Amino acid sequence: MDTFIQQIINGLVLGSIYALVALGYTMVYGILGLINFAHGEVVMIGALTALTVIKLLADSGLPGTVVVLIGLLAAVPVCMALGFTIERIAYRPLRNAPRLAPLITAIGVSIVLQQLAMIFWGRNYHAFPPILPTSSREIGGAHITDVQIVIILLAVAIMAGLMLLVNRTRLGRAMRATAENPQIAGLMGVNINVIISATFLIGSALAAVAGVMVSANYSIAHYHMGFILGLKAFTAAVLGGIGNLPGAMLGGVLLGLIESLGAGYIGDLTGGFLGSHYQDVFAFFVLILVLVFRPSGLMGEKVAERA
Amino acid sequence: MSTDKRRALLGMVLIGVALAILPFIIGKGLGNSWVRVLDFALLYVMLALGLNIVVGFAGLLDLGYIAFYAVGAYLYALLASPHFGLHWPVWAVLPLGALVAGLFGVLLGAPTLRLRGDYLAIVTLGFGEIVRIFINNLNAPVNITNGPQGISQIDPVRIAGVPLSKPLEIFGLTLPSVYLYYYLFLGLTLLVVFVSIRLEDSRIGRAWVAIREDEIAAKACGIDTRNVKLLAFAMGATFGGVAGGLFAGFQEFVSPESFGLMESIMVLCMVVLGGMGHIPGVILGGLLLAILPEALRHGAVPMQQAAFGRVLLDPESLRMLLFGLALIAVMLYRPAGLWPEARRKREFSEKAK
Repeated sequence: MDTFIQQIINGLVLGSIYALVALGYTMVYGILGLINFAHGEVVMIGALTALTVIKLLADSGLPGTVVVLIGLLAAVPVCMALGFTIERIAYRPLRNAPRLAPLITAIGVSIVLQQLAMIFWGRNYHAFPPILPTSSREIGGAHITDVQIVIILLAVAIMAGLMLLVNRTRLGRAMRATAENPQIAGLMGVNINVIISATFLIGSALAAVAGVMVSANYSIAHYHMGFILGLKAFTAAVLGGIGNLPGAMLGGVLLGLIESLGAGYIGDLTGGFLGSHYQDVFAFFVLILVLVFRPSGLMGEKVAERA
Repeated sequence: MSTDKRRALLGMVLIGVALAILPFIIGKGLGNSWVRVLDFALLYVMLALGLNIVVGFAGLLDLGYIAFYAVGAYLYALLASPHFGLHWPVWAVLPLGALVAGLFGVLLGAPTLRLRGDYLAIVTLGFGEIVRIFINNLNAPVNITNGPQGISQIDPVRIAGVPLSKPLEIFGLTLPSVYLYYYLFLGLTLLVVFVSIRLEDSRIGRAWVAIREDEIAAKACGIDTRNVKLLAFAMGATFGGVAGGLFAGFQEFVSPESFGLMESIMVLCMVVLGGMGHIPGVILGGLLLAILPEALRHGAVPMQQAAFGRVLLDPESLRMLLFGLALIAVMLYRPAGLWPEARRKREFSEKAK
């Protein structure tokens, strides 16, 4: 039972992070119908930027939480600027091109960002300095650190804020209108370019937060971390029904839970034949099953059938 | 014989002669390592043509194509290496690899028939990763794939008992191993090109294009979209399987590293950059993306030393950086690819109006 609760906790932490990244994918997809392959790299840049700042300030005598907060505040604008630039250079000129063209530029951007990060930060793994409190609590025999509690709470708060923004504000209404039909939203006086830029800015800010969370939780960051994380987060977005914000959150949390429970129990279930290194298989296997039986994802209302 | 036909024949003979003496020119001029690059380029062309059937003709976006390459390569490695002590001949392994890869293609195609566009892309991507993860981990409890270490000492390709891994003396000429593989790969590439061209003009090829343009309309016209789509997956996978087997025999070593998502993306880029659905374009894309990065790798170090007096960027990351930039630039300025199909070009200019 202890292991079960422990895996649930790990899954929730991982799932909150996936959910934050998945929101970035799903917002862009909802509006542009584009898989923003470079989103995972934005997360990576956010993590490394924050880590650089945190390392600089680690010996300054400031309390650890303040240092991490400063790092986070430094990473958010960097990622926002990056997201904005990516959209302007690589996606905007191709808005009316066939769908494969922006997909290829997205892959190109992803490669370029990864290589630049490698040139800038090197090939090595960067360790997160041990400045955060390591205190932990016990729930039913399982441990959860305070950092993990903060990660979950912060993710929930951000998602609630995002839902408010999308459902209750003028900007949110414009975003929903653009997602529904960009041409008509434009005719109704919505400045689509501004809305699309805003979407990228918000998504990239979420990515920065997620990047800091990942590196704080696993105490590590490196130039290659964005790729697989982005892949998983995109999987989560599809799982929940891409283009659907609550779906991305649900998909993220579910994926996190499935992965950690799967990795925890696969050895027992298969009599030791398959081990926990099959963790990544779960994500994709579940994805394929869901899509076969429910092609629009768990919360998607309609199958995207835009020509 | 009309002049047109005579001219076409003459052109073909000239191209044939040029292709036949190409390794000698490159080998003498640049060294045999470049002939090796050329060999790999031909493998990539085969892969790109295979993926072109799925993506270019049938319009099904496949991001896990390299899985079939992996299946072909590992099948060859398992059946012709000391790993299991099996040493099957090439003429048995290659067709079997093609068949098994084709079955995998159907295996992937069957559950994804209802999906389209991006959902299909992400499922195929997941499939490719699943295959790679299994290859990476199937060394325990029963050692099937030897895990991350890969399988080495694979038998080289033997034709009529002559191993292509050793230089061959023929008519007083000594042909190094890379030349022999070049001729083998060239022959098979030409076969793949021929099959592709014939497929494109066939009933099935036109059915694929119809599905690509409008699946519902194609269905209404009486095309059995299910079987035709499955056939596209199977055909594409078959080409990949053959290329994989050749890769294993050529390299004499396989490891899961060669079959990552990046490779799938690389092959997709060859197809899209060259011009989707257009066979000469895809060949061009394959050659360019296989050869140019190698040229960069070789040219980068001396150029940097000449310009700055030291090596600022290691050639591998410079190569990837330029590759990424090139992808972006080509798509921005030529979204239909470098050498697009006439029909597609028309569509683009119509859309632009």
